[in-house]
Amino acid sequence: MSGILIKGGRLIDPASGIDGLMDILMEEGKIAAIEPNIEAKGARVIDAKGLIVAPGFIDLHVHFREPGHEYKETIETGARAAVAGGFASVCCMANTQPANDNGTVTSLIVEKARKAALARVYPVGAVSKNLDGQELAEIGEMKKAGAVALSDDGRCVLNPRLVRSAMEYGSMFGLTVVEHCEDSSAKGGAINEGEVSARFGIKGMPATAEDSIAVRNIVISEYISLPVHIAHISTKGAVEAVRAAKAKGIKVTCEVTPHHFTLTEKELENFDPDFKMSPPLRAEDDVRAVKEGLKDGTIDCIATDHAPHAAWEKEMEIDKAPFGVVGLETALGLSLKLVEEGVISLTGMISLLTNRPARIFNLPGGSLKKGAPADIAVFDQEREWKVEPDEFFSKGKNSPFRGWTLKGKNLLTIVGGRVVFNPEKL
Amino acid sequence: MNSLKLSGRHLLRIADLSTDEIMGLINTAERFLEISEREIKKVPTLRGKTVVNLFFEPSTRTRTSFEIAGKRLSADVINISVQASSVSKGETFKDTVLNIAAMRPDVIVVRHSSPGAALYASQIAGCSVINGGDGAHAHPTQALLDLMTIHMHKKRFENLKVSIVGDILHSRVARSDINALSRLKADITLCAPPTLLPKRSEVFGARVTHSIEEAVADADVIMMLRIQQERMAQGLFPSLREYAEYFCLTPKVMEKAKKDVIIMHPGPINRGVEISAEVADGPYSLILYQVTHGVAMRMAALYLLCVGEG
Repeated sequence: MSGILIKGGRLIDPASGIDGLMDILMEEGKIAAIEPNIEAKGARVIDAKGLIVAPGFIDLHVHFREPGHEYKETIETGARAAVAGGFASVCCMANTQPANDNGTVTSLIVEKARKAALARVYPVGAVSKNLDGQELAEIGEMKKAGAVALSDDGRCVLNPRLVRSAMEYGSMFGLTVVEHCEDSSAKGGAINEGEVSARFGIKGMPATAEDSIAVRNIVISEYISLPVHIAHISTKGAVEAVRAAKAKGIKVTCEVTPHHFTLTEKELENFDPDFKMSPPLRAEDDVRAVKEGLKDGTIDCIATDHAPHAAWEKEMEIDKAPFGVVGLETALGLSLKLVEEGVISLTGMISLLTNRPARIFNLPGGSLKKGAPADIAVFDQEREWKVEPDEFFSKGKNSPFRGWTLKGKNLLTIVGGRVVFNPEKL
Repeated sequence: MNSLKLSGRHLLRIADLSTDEIMGLINTAERFLEISEREIKKVPTLRGKTVVNLFFEPSTRTRTSFEIAGKRLSADVINISVQASSVSKGETFKDTVLNIAAMRPDVIVVRHSSPGAALYASQIAGCSVINGGDGAHAHPTQALLDLMTIHMHKKRFENLKVSIVGDILHSRVARSDINALSRLKADITLCAPPTLLPKRSEVFGARVTHSIEEAVADADVIMMLRIQQERMAQGLFPSLREYAEYFCLTPKVMEKAKKDVIIMHPGPINRGVEISAEVADGPYSLILYQVTHGVAMRMAALYLLCVGEG
């Protein structure tokens, strides 16, 4: 076989400013040509008429649970969910068992991902040994084994001295620190502190817990002139802090999850643990601020924080159930809702899922320039479908969007020139 | 009495009840009071029905109250105390409820430290569930017996001035009372240090004050809440001594009160902390009547869920 030719689709590549009816040819795992009308003998031809052809999406934030919690998700099932959602690349967080705090675990993840041969799975190494916030993890070792960023995600690095050390030491290897911003005032809480927590007596996690650490990290980033990335931003205060910091030229970036730009704390009125995650669903004001941040560029990318759990773990009292929801297979449909609402343009949405996240961790991919990796998502912007978690590729069925009808579905995913998802045999 | 039937199969929170249903429960309970005064305190109404008290939290008053209520109606009452131990053995709340439900009781009374636990139980049990208190969320039978007590002494709710004093933040009783009283158009004042009020407490539509004198001054009803020592460890107030200095209902504070005020407390009381012994045992106090009314109200709840006919 010599290459794949996708014909007749609307090709959108924000990185190179292309938006039009174009054919795209891939050869030897790389983008070979983009032209209005390509004839390539011997290439496998895929008809993308009426569909959108974009760079394969990049998710800077997933939890694949391997090693240690394979009953929740494995690297293979996670990667399968990723490519189903149009993601060619995902970055998996370090809170496995054991934690990814050394080169051996990093290598294991890389090896499992290579065997699965689906999405590109990039390990994020821990900031601290065993994620306990005390001593730096073996950052150089993890870098050598393939780590692309550093984070204790799931936990916040409460010690400001340690987070600064991680930023400084990590910079030697070109690794950015990603922070789960949450000070100890959120401890023991299950949902946002606000109207629902007041009314229903569920312990709240205040927005200030996120704001204070976001501001702290911005201050440190400015002081040492090194980048910091804020994971799953969810509060008005944090968005405003990032906006102000960017205006000052501070190297701060941030991501938002689809659930945080779609849902509010109101969902928790039925105590349903499928709506429990950290940071929690916030107030309407916060959702508005997050959308404003997407609109004006304050927020750099969309990331899922895909966090699968077994069904029995979520069938629990609200204050005892684990945090987290799955997201890889609903991200596109929910992001397209923002386009439909006029919050962002279609090109803007694709950029938030491709070249902009790629830039934050310096990942290959995220563009369709000639010579770039042949990572592609082909989706139908108009296709309506019902969210049935039981049909997810992910082992995790803990989606807050169960039963929703979404518009927009990924139909084809190519990673490194290989078709890895093509359920309708395009 | 037979004209009332609850529209729902469960009693989970006040918000699920119509005001007609609330008044119907109160009227039914007031009629049941008499049974507890008889020489033979038993009627055959719920013969053949099984009530399980499934308590995941220690409780003396509520459990005993439900047990006596069930027995006075001739139901078979079984008490199960699931201490943290059973959970630590690995059985989930869901499995425990399913196992009890599999023994086919007619009613399960659930007491649990997690908000929403009774609602969840009602979704899986296949029988009636009564919320016997779930975390800081709700305690509907307590609110109903509180309303019954107010009703018997004040005969009305509309524009009645009710002050609730104490740890509102952690109180399921306060949440259920506020819900019920505001539905019946009472005029509510909440009194607590700011650290023991929920953020966004304006959602309750009540007046808020930090002065107990102010809360007491024009109140028709004063509802005191228990203060728990563990809140001190959480940094919410400095000491029981200082709490008492500012928020204890003492004879001195009572000098400001109306002459026909009534004082209530869901118990157990901390004498000298939130309420002084003189006031708790004094002429305005209805604390022990509340306990008596509790049995009648739980009889009414069991009766209307199990039998209630139209």
